[in-house]
Amino acid sequence: MSESAIDRVAAATPAGIARRVRGLSDRAIAWLFVAPAIFLLLAVNIFPLIWTIRLSFTNYAANRPNRAVEWVGLRNYQRILTDADTWANMQTTAHFLVWTLFFQVLIGFTLAWLINRKFRGNDLVTTLIVMPMMLSPAVVGNFWTFLYQPQIGLINYAVEFVTGIPASSFSMLGPGGWARWAIVIVDTWMWTPFVMLICLAGLRSIPDYIYEAAEIDRASKWRQFWTITIPMVLPFLMLAVLFRGIENFKMFDLVVLLTGGGPGDETLLASIDLKREAFEKWRTGHSSAYAIILFVTVFGLASIYVKALNKVKER
Amino acid sequence: MTSVTTTPPVAESRQKRRVLRRGPWEMAASVTIGLGVAMLMQPFFLWAFSWSFVVTLAGTVMFIIVSHFPE
Repeated sequence: MSESAIDRVAAATPAGIARRVRGLSDRAIAWLFVAPAIFLLLAVNIFPLIWTIRLSFTNYAANRPNRAVEWVGLRNYQRILTDADTWANMQTTAHFLVWTLFFQVLIGFTLAWLINRKFRGNDLVTTLIVMPMMLSPAVVGNFWTFLYQPQIGLINYAVEFVTGIPASSFSMLGPGGWARWAIVIVDTWMWTPFVMLICLAGLRSIPDYIYEAAEIDRASKWRQFWTITIPMVLPFLMLAVLFRGIENFKMFDLVVLLTGGGPGDETLLASIDLKREAFEKWRTGHSSAYAIILFVTVFGLASIYVKALNKVKER
Repeated sequence: MTSVTTTPPVAESRQKRRVLRRGPWEMAASVTIGLGVAMLMQPFFLWAFSWSFVVTLAGTVMFIIVSHFPE
């Protein structure tokens, strides 16, 4: 009879270790297996978080490690939360967040609703629509920087073709107030497919018999849409909004590649401002407090997200 | 003769359980977090921006606590 893999491993285990493991309870062995993962989590996530919280109460500067570190209490938090520039950056973040969510939900839901109908080439269209989502933000950033170029960019030529305004007379990423909208357009282009996929999952989870019952009751298509489709897709939509909301609140890469926070501070999102405070101005204590404020906000939103996720799971 | 009426311990614990239900408390915590985020990003009042962190933190801590309440 051939030996099983377990028997072979057991035979190969040194006698000392085997004796020690044999004496352990199931619970102890379980802990033994989980311990490396917990250790890694503590080292990579929890320790830096606790360290950042500690630094947020000091005037530590990472570029001057030999300087005496002073305990400043809540002063860093107080400065950030009473600073008009930080407030303005939060409003820039809010502009980006609100408009990207609005367009992504509107376009994403409409696309999902259209794709949910059966037609020829449905799979091909779905694949083409979700393609932007699969690209790297670095690629998308560079790609759209070319599209927005005043001299060679397609967007300016399209605007000239439609409105008659000369292509080289304005710059979407330069001064003139368009930069805020330019980043909204790019993020919407990239992430609408994600919202569409979630909405599509919601639409496909609605059983046909509900619509059939509504048809028997002579409910109009409009009424079916508002009383069946929307309420049943709403938890999924909420999930998409929260997920994109959290991601866009932390948005960094795409906007850095497109505008770098400029022109001036026009597209200076909170995350870009945080990076400048930490690694350009080297105000580590101050930026730690800033990071904790953003972290608590994201953590709070993530808690609601998990709750929404559980609600969807219950269905 | 005087009669003393006391709430039976079982009924009292039931009442407590009814008050400490997860659903409404989680909803209250979520609303507090939402309010904090709205205060952080609104363009109207600097005082609301200044207090936003405290409100969000309170909502988040509340959420962590109430998520351990029974259904």
